[in-house]
Amino acid sequence: MNAAVQPRSAGPLPARSDDSPPLRFARALADSWTITLRDLTHWARRPGTVVVGWVFPVMIVLIFGGLFGGAIEVPGGGDYFEFLMPGMFTMTMLFGLETTMMAVTTDAARGVTDRFRSLPMSSSAVVLGRCAADMLNSVVGLAVMTAAGLLLGWSWHGGAGAALAAVGLLLLLRFALLWVGIFVGLAAGGPETVSAVQILVWPVGFLSGIFVDADTMPAWLGAIAEWNPLTATASATRELFANPGMGADSWVEQNAVLMAIVWPVLITAVFLPLSARTFRKLKA
Amino acid sequence: MPAVRRAPTGRPVEGRAKVEDEESAITARDVRKSYPGAPPEAGLNGFDLRVAAGSVCGLLGPNGAGKTTAIRILSTLLEMDGGRASVAGFDVRTQGRRVRERIGLVGQYAAVDEILTGRQNLVMFGRLNRLPAPAARRRADELLERFALTGAGTRPVGGYSGGMRRRLDLAASLVVSPPVLFVDEPTTGLDPAARQEVWTAVRELVDAGTTVLLTTQYLEEADRLADRVCMLAAGRVAAEGTPEELKSAVGGDRIEIVFSGPADTQAALPVLARAASGELSVETAAYRVGVPVAERTRALVRVATALNEAGIEPEDITLRRPTLDEVFLRLTGDDRTEARV
Repeated sequence: MNAAVQPRSAGPLPARSDDSPPLRFARALADSWTITLRDLTHWARRPGTVVVGWVFPVMIVLIFGGLFGGAIEVPGGGDYFEFLMPGMFTMTMLFGLETTMMAVTTDAARGVTDRFRSLPMSSSAVVLGRCAADMLNSVVGLAVMTAAGLLLGWSWHGGAGAALAAVGLLLLLRFALLWVGIFVGLAAGGPETVSAVQILVWPVGFLSGIFVDADTMPAWLGAIAEWNPLTATASATRELFANPGMGADSWVEQNAVLMAIVWPVLITAVFLPLSARTFRKLKA
Repeated sequence: MPAVRRAPTGRPVEGRAKVEDEESAITARDVRKSYPGAPPEAGLNGFDLRVAAGSVCGLLGPNGAGKTTAIRILSTLLEMDGGRASVAGFDVRTQGRRVRERIGLVGQYAAVDEILTGRQNLVMFGRLNRLPAPAARRRADELLERFALTGAGTRPVGGYSGGMRRRLDLAASLVVSPPVLFVDEPTTGLDPAARQEVWTAVRELVDAGTTVLLTTQYLEEADRLADRVCMLAAGRVAAEGTPEELKSAVGGDRIEIVFSGPADTQAALPVLARAASGELSVETAAYRVGVPVAERTRALVRVATALNEAGIEPEDITLRRPTLDEVFLRLTGDDRTEARV
């Protein structure tokens, strides 16, 4: 540490802001990419965590499809495994929420978020970079699930266009949940709170049409399950993949594809501004 | 005491806020901040501060005095409830981005990515400071060498020692040379050797012209590093000045005498009271008496002579200036350690 005093000119001078909008936009993109790269480097450094995240839903598929599946009957008379897979794709998107929440909370608790906020970087880049990395993570997760499903005998029976539309709806849900994750992650104040929220993921998943037909539940529970945003995405993907669906003929079920767009848009409209506000006003 | 250094002040930039004093790199006027649900003294209650460009100001205070709040407000991380503040000539509230272009922040907790390596961290922060990729890599290597981290640069930060982590944190805030650096409790939890390393690094920066605002709970740290010290209590500055000025303010020099027993101590008290310029402080159990005096060496001779004439031979006699600790305890009204006569 006895290095000679560094002349001031040796360090690069700080960049100065240029207020022209196109330049600022380009910089926001460049900053976002830097943050995305950081997250991808995390994958490379801790491959175990990421891979477990991808394989975990496959395990749930095996448990429900293999262990419980034999005892579950689909009211419409279809194959339970065919019924389960679109639901599990949806559930995979919900699991992604935990990844987002955990990453955001850890950064905030360790002071990394503060460091970013003290830099002259674009403030939206921190979340946009996170967003890109998490979406990419979910795309890989979906691919792993699709491969597992195909191996186990699931398949889609509609056209390729409809199948792609189904994937689009799944990713739209993931996008909406991303903002929930960022908001809760920032507001939580520590990994302890996040683990409490993680437990809630299960009742939310069970109280939907992901694992069983809402029609088989008591009327009031079934109504809640039908209006669960996860149900909308699960039903819409079942419809688009031409897999067996729920027997109910309620309005939400009839308009599942519409609701699979409306719900995520609504969630994003609420949680995106909330997360932006929390990010700017962090105080912890 | 080094004279206040002049820094290469920032060149004039359009849109620079009007500041009352061109020479000050950091100005705060009546800054207020309260936290919901917390008592008002937990935040800032009319915080005033001026730090001359190129100098080191030490913000000193116990936990909860508002040190970190002050740093977080000045570095634009936290919004103030009221008051005004400017950093490097720009308004903290309305020109946050311009402020952020001119500051470095070294947090209380190492604000670096634990999973990435030291080098990956520095390259990332270089990129976020808009250095082109090759320049960011070059700068990262330079900084690793300067902070004696070259060998550790390829290892994940999670395995670093406390001192290494703090050095990396410091390096990360210097990826571009900021005119103003905020350092929040840089050596809390470090061992003496690591503390020494961080001090050297901060000192080098100041010698190169950076203005530093440093918070600390360690009076020794403020004494070592700071040109001026602000003592913070209950969210406002309770006293401000050079370390020497502050020490003089609590009564100047003292002669401390240790006697061999209670009889000598009692016999000496009237003799000492005549030589003292103020109240004596007596620690009965240790047979120790503190004598505040006006003139240093002359008083020492007089006290020694008077004791000699009274036939009392002290065990030990020393002349000393008060420490910043004493200043601090006096200001916060916590002087239980001394029994007054």
